[in-house]
This record gives sequence, C-alpha cells and structure tokens, in this order.
Amino acid sequence: MNNAAPASRKPMVEIENLVTHYGDRPILKGINLTIYEGEIMVIMGGSGSGKSTLLNHLLGLLRPTSGTVRILGADINAISDIELTKLRTRMGVAFQGGALFSSMSVGENIMLPLREHTDLDESTMAIMARLKMEVVSLAGFESLMPSELSGGMIKRAALARAIVMDPKLLFCDEPSAGLDPVVSSAIDELILLLRDAMGMSIVVVTHELESAFRIADRICVLDKGDILMVDTVAGVRASANERIQNLLNRRTEEATLDPDDYLRRLTKGI
Amino acid sequence: MAVLTQLMETVGRRTMAGLGEIGYAATLLAQSLFWLVMGPGRRQPVRLKAVVAQGMEIGVAAIPIVTVLSITVGAMLAIQGIHTLRIFGAESRVVFGVALSVVREFAPLITGIVVAGRSGSALAARLGTMRINQEIDALHVMGINPVRFLVAPALFAMLIMLPLLTFLSDVVALLGGGIYVSIDLGMSLAAYADQVIEALTLDDLLHGLGKSAIFSVLIALVGVVNGSLVTGGAEGVGRMTTRSVVHSISAIVITDMIFAFMLSR
Repeated sequence: MNNAAPASRKPMVEIENLVTHYGDRPILKGINLTIYEGEIMVIMGGSGSGKSTLLNHLLGLLRPTSGTVRILGADINAISDIELTKLRTRMGVAFQGGALFSSMSVGENIMLPLREHTDLDESTMAIMARLKMEVVSLAGFESLMPSELSGGMIKRAALARAIVMDPKLLFCDEPSAGLDPVVSSAIDELILLLRDAMGMSIVVVTHELESAFRIADRICVLDKGDILMVDTVAGVRASANERIQNLLNRRTEEATLDPDDYLRRLTKGI
Repeated sequence: MAVLTQLMETVGRRTMAGLGEIGYAATLLAQSLFWLVMGPGRRQPVRLKAVVAQGMEIGVAAIPIVTVLSITVGAMLAIQGIHTLRIFGAESRVVFGVALSVVREFAPLITGIVVAGRSGSALAARLGTMRINQEIDALHVMGINPVRFLVAPALFAMLIMLPLLTFLSDVVALLGGGIYVSIDLGMSLAAYADQVIEALTLDDLLHGLGKSAIFSVLIALVGVVNGSLVTGGAEGVGRMTTRSVVHSISAIVITDMIFAFMLSR
C-alpha cells in the first residue's frame, strides 16, 4: 500500500472547512481532509477531540455550521433524500456498540440492507449474508440473537452487516474498544483484509494507539476540534509536536491556569 | 421579582418545548402517511409484515386484559345503574344507560388506557432503547428511513387494532352488564339484548369507534415522540416511558371530554 498522500488516486471523502458547534461551543474548527480510494484513514484523538462529531458529519447524521462534506463525490448535505438513500447503499458503517437490532437474529440483521434495497429472493439474500459471515468468521451463528453474542462477535456481526452491500466506503467507529488484545488484534486483521480483498476505502475512528498504528495507511490526529497532523504511521510517530507526543505517550496536558478565569468559573451564577 | 421572572421563564420554556413536541408529532404523522402512499413508488414500502407483527402485539396480545376489564366495567355500570335507578323505581331502564355509556364512553376509554399502558409505553421504551444503542443512527446510515421502518407500522397497527379492540370491549362489557342485570332483575339475556339493540343507534357505535381511532393516533405519536427524546441511558428510557403513559392517558381523557362536549350536547 502506498502510504504517501496519493494525489493521483480518486478521493472518496472530501471535507472542506468543516465547522460545527453544539450551542455556542465550537466542536470542529475548520477541518480539511481528503480520504482516497483504497486507503485506511484512522481518525485518532482523545476524548473531546471532536472525532465522534466528525464521524457523525461524515455519515450525514449532523449538519455542519459551515463547510462541506463530499462522500463519493456527492455533497452529503446538499443532495436530495432519494440521492442520499442511494449514496448510503454504497457506504457501510460499523458502530461502536454494534447497533444490531435486538429484535432480529444476527442473520436477519445482516440481511436487512439487502431486504430493504434489493429485489433478491430470500435464499439469495441468505447466501449473501452467509458469505459475509464467513468473511468475519461468524459462520453458523445466524440464528442467534444479538444478546447471545460476545463483544467481539457483536463487532464482527456489525462489520458483516456494514459490508453486505459491498460498499466502496466503510466507516468503523472504535472497532477495538472494549475488547481484549487478542480479539482486538483479530478485528484489526479483518479490517486489513477488507481493504486488501475487497478494495474498500476505510475510515476508522479510534482512540486505541496500537490498533491505529497496526492498520492505518494514514492517520489524522484531532485535538480540540483541530487537525494536528495528517500523515503516515511513521510520520506521526516521528512528529516533534508536543501535543502529538503527549497523545502517543498517554500524557495529560497541563492546563494553563488563568487566575481571573479560574475565579470567574468558580463564582459564576452565585 | 427575580422569582417571578424565573417562573415566567420556566413556563415559557416548557410551553415552547411542548409546542415543539406537538409539531414533531404532526410531522411524524405526515411522514408516516407519506411513506404509506409514496413508499411503494420509491421501492421503500411500509412492510405489511411489520404492521402485522405490531398488530399482534398491540391487539391480539391485549385481548385477555381488555376482556377482563370490559366485563368488569360492564357489570360495574349495571350495579351502579340499578342502585341509582332504584331510588326512582326505574331499575328496568338500566339497560339504556349501560348500553349508551359502554358504547359511547367506557369501551373506547378503557381500551385506550389499556393500550396506552401496554403498547404506547412499549413503543416509547423500544424506540428509546434503539436510540441510545445507536440503532436509529444505524437505520439512517443504511438508507432506511426510521419513520417508514418503525413509526408507520406501529401507527397503522394501532389505528387498525384499537377500534377492533374497542368493538370487542363493547360486546364484552355489554355482556358483563347483561349477566348482572339478568341476575339482579331476573331479565333474560335475550330480552336484555333486545333492549340494548333498541337503545343503540349506529351513530353511537361509530361515535365510540371513531374516538378510539383518534386515541390510537394519540397513543402512537405520544409513544414515538417520547421514545425519540430519550437521553441519558437506561434511566432516560424509564423516565420517558413513564412520561409516555402519563401523557397518552391525559391526552385520551382530555380528547374524550372534548368529544363528549362537542358531540353529546
């Protein structure tokens, strides 16, 4: 895999000057990022860095204050509902907690996008679902309910559902969070396999350093709503930026204390 | 002065929030109708299977409790009616009172309250849990409209099942009243049935069933709105489920009073 920012390759996700607020509080402060075909881009950052908000913008679940998000060439906030639905059939999402529908079996969960967006007959859909379950090593578990699965199996089932329509673009939210190291490593391998075997472009949002370094072609480091850097794994590791080094070495930043501001915070509204 | 300002601010904020929820409910209703009509054309129909599944849960599973409560309410009305009319020596007129009050008031009201408690709350809890588990987000990103997939089937199932349950409640409550009347006044069930048929018009029956159709929309929308507003994990689900039951029963009783005022004077 070519690790340099590949200008010659097709952009799959283009984010331009993305600004967003919760109320008056700025969450993202002008993000610019392009993700290319066939690469795994890991969006990394600590709690409150804005990475989950950024993901929600990429998925079209939030509207930005300003800026544009183009997914597969289409401005996700400007296209019609019908076009958005079509676009969404070309992307897959594996949520952090799996977001499997608890009232449906694992097999039904995985078949759902096929059932809703294709005219395939029941047996073809079942075979396609089983194919994806084979890919994620969950063969034979289709009749179980999500509540009967372990944490790692839920993540796998969520991945199977995300790829059942053979998307061009896959988003994974914290794929290895809450898993033991062995299972986490297996999920990372699976993500690499999806890129290599199916040629997917994959966006992974995570705070797990090891996982990020294992799978990333490029890493985008977010901090307090800004992009600190976008570079290859080696580039991020070699960065001299203090905040990046703090993140890599799991050091907390010492907050600079402004006595007047501190006093104002303590006495506000009293 | 500061207290008054704060009070007005609170009242204003809550009023705005309440109006916002009513607006949201109206939007959900419009969207559900949109998907019912336009869904097939967009190759995204409201699934009959989902409507049937909801219908079984809302309607068929509620038959035992509706039956028990209706027979009890019917008998209770007969007991109270005979007790009151005895003062005037007019016990035999009890059938008239039982028939009208069951069909116009008690059957739709009791059924509405039971379904609000059973299914309205379940709907709020289900949607709330789905929301906090990101299942609603998952539907969005899969290109599946949550209103078409979750709200419309529940709404239409409710709209079909509540009038049917109300009709069952009509029959059972009248039977309950009849059993007591036959025991207390020695009237045969056949004579009782004759008097019931004589007392009731089609208009009375439609009055009750029409109300139950409106109640069904209220219960579904209140459940969905409260489920959609869940924040803060499992505790939030519990809070909004309770709120859903309280709101839908209040909405039913108030709507019932408005109906009685407008159509019974």
